[in-house]
Amino acid sequence: MTLIERVRDDHTMTEAAQVPEGRAPLAPSARPLPALAAVYRAQLSRARVARVPLLFVATFQSIGIMILMRGVVDGGAGAEANAVVAGSSVLVVAFVALNLLAQYFGQLRTGGLDHYATLPVPAAAVVLGTAAAYASFTVPGVAVTAVTGALLYQLPLGGLWLLLAVVPLAGAALAGLGAALGLLAPRPELATLAGQLGMSAALLLGVLPAGRLPEPLRWTRELLPSSYGVDALAEMFEPAPDAGLVVAHLGVCAGVGVLALALATWAYRRAARA
Amino acid sequence: MASSIGRAGPQTTMAPRDPDNPATPPAVVTVRGLTKTYRASGGWRRRAAGPAPRPANDAVDLRITAGEIFGLLGPNGAGKTTLVRQLTGLLRPDAGTVSLLGHDVVRHPELASRLLAYLGQEAGALDELTVSLAAETTARLRGLDLAAARAARDEVLGELGLEPLADRPLKRLSGGQRRLACVAAALAGDRPLLVLDEPTAGMDPVARRAVWSAIDRRRAERGATVLLVTHNVLEAETVLDRVAVLDAGRVIACDTPAGLKTLVDAHVRLDLVWRGEPPSTVPEIDRLRSLARVTGRRWTLRLPQERAREVVATVTRGEAFAALDDFTLATPSLEDVYLALGGRGEGLTRQ
Repeated sequence: MTLIERVRDDHTMTEAAQVPEGRAPLAPSARPLPALAAVYRAQLSRARVARVPLLFVATFQSIGIMILMRGVVDGGAGAEANAVVAGSSVLVVAFVALNLLAQYFGQLRTGGLDHYATLPVPAAAVVLGTAAAYASFTVPGVAVTAVTGALLYQLPLGGLWLLLAVVPLAGAALAGLGAALGLLAPRPELATLAGQLGMSAALLLGVLPAGRLPEPLRWTRELLPSSYGVDALAEMFEPAPDAGLVVAHLGVCAGVGVLALALATWAYRRAARA
Repeated sequence: MASSIGRAGPQTTMAPRDPDNPATPPAVVTVRGLTKTYRASGGWRRRAAGPAPRPANDAVDLRITAGEIFGLLGPNGAGKTTLVRQLTGLLRPDAGTVSLLGHDVVRHPELASRLLAYLGQEAGALDELTVSLAAETTARLRGLDLAAARAARDEVLGELGLEPLADRPLKRLSGGQRRLACVAAALAGDRPLLVLDEPTAGMDPVARRAVWSAIDRRRAERGATVLLVTHNVLEAETVLDRVAVLDAGRVIACDTPAGLKTLVDAHVRLDLVWRGEPPSTVPEIDRLRSLARVTGRRWTLRLPQERAREVVATVTRGEAFAALDDFTLATPSLEDVYLALGGRGEGLTRQ
């Protein structure tokens, strides 16, 4: 079942609970897509107000890492340069979507969820709308990082269009994980901690070239959904990118994204009716 | 319908409603035997060692009829918020039933959001939105289309005098203004039942009046029913049609404010505020000390009217008067009712 179907399913379940005659009529539920759009718009405005400085931090952090790594990695297309630039770009997504979203949902659990839980809005619309807002909020930072990195490491800029797929797909996976961590953590501080650990993992395992990692860390890297976004983007820096490989990497991202967002939706329902 | 807003004196017009009388308006909220105990957290050892936790709500029965402004009054920890969280489908009761407009919300908690608007105590979800977007988004999520949501937003911001703050994020507002913006979000989009948990907390008198006008308009023009949580005695007396008094999770009384006050109308409240130490040389003052509830330099006494007159005569002459900073004599309030009913009395406010 896709997430959109899940949203629809939520909606029809509520409609199915329509109640027999003799009882007061129920107000309609918010329809899933308009509700998702309303949450998305509100969250994006919220992010603009409150999170712009953090986006700067995320971008400068990634650019700083690329400058540092330039000292030990040669420019020009090569597995290592590709990995550093792609990893640093996806790191911006991890910073915002995983770390900040875990913090946001962790804090929301201390009372804020009541607001959404007493509105007739499908759980998936709240989670997807928020995750999508956080992911799209990262776009400028990712683009600046990727272009700066490509120039710094003399990589071709032509493949950067793939960011249009990498940001939403890696964003879905990381935001889903971030939301789930925030909603499942017993305390807001633990949600923050989990989000930061997740981001540190994305930093270490995403930015360092996979070939240089010890075997156990390489396996851990395979478990982290952002790695597939990194690999897809890194492939685009090759002189002749393997389209099949790119699609396969993005497919994994998408699959993990669906699972992560479904997990986050389940965690949201659980938290809202605690 | 007589407006309940802004009445300064005790109510005399409302009689207790009889649910068996066919003229009684239909029930909007019916609660039977509602019981909720929070499980102790912190591991099995603490659970095993401690005494059994006390129920936060203990066999609560309520019946709220259409068009009423009904209050839950009690100090912090009395179980008011636990009760409304069960009515709004946020919390599952251990036992008992809740019916909202004929719908069973214990079995179908998801239906509550289509019947009521809820204003909770926390504003975390709205904090970083602008006032305008908070109201509009909430209306959208109540199922209104964009044009209707914007119309509802404009209407409620106008009603509450929030237009000058429309573009400011909630977190940059003062506590009272932020609360007002949350009220705006709660009132955006029609609902037949409004459940408001301390809606006017931290507001100045102008904002309070705007909130009560907006709520009363929804009742007068659209027949809305209002369930209000408060620990403010004055607010309870001036705006509520009926009030249920909660103490330690139980409803200890339920009537009109005027009806409740007849329980204690033989008494008056006398507050004495001393400049410093009360004079110990006046024997009458010494006797009063043991009857008074002492809060700093303030003594609060609840006395039969005749006795109160004697005390006033004593303290307004000689050495006692010289030591007295201020005194007030007042007819009984719901706080006095609450104490007379055996409530613990801490945590109610009078402002």
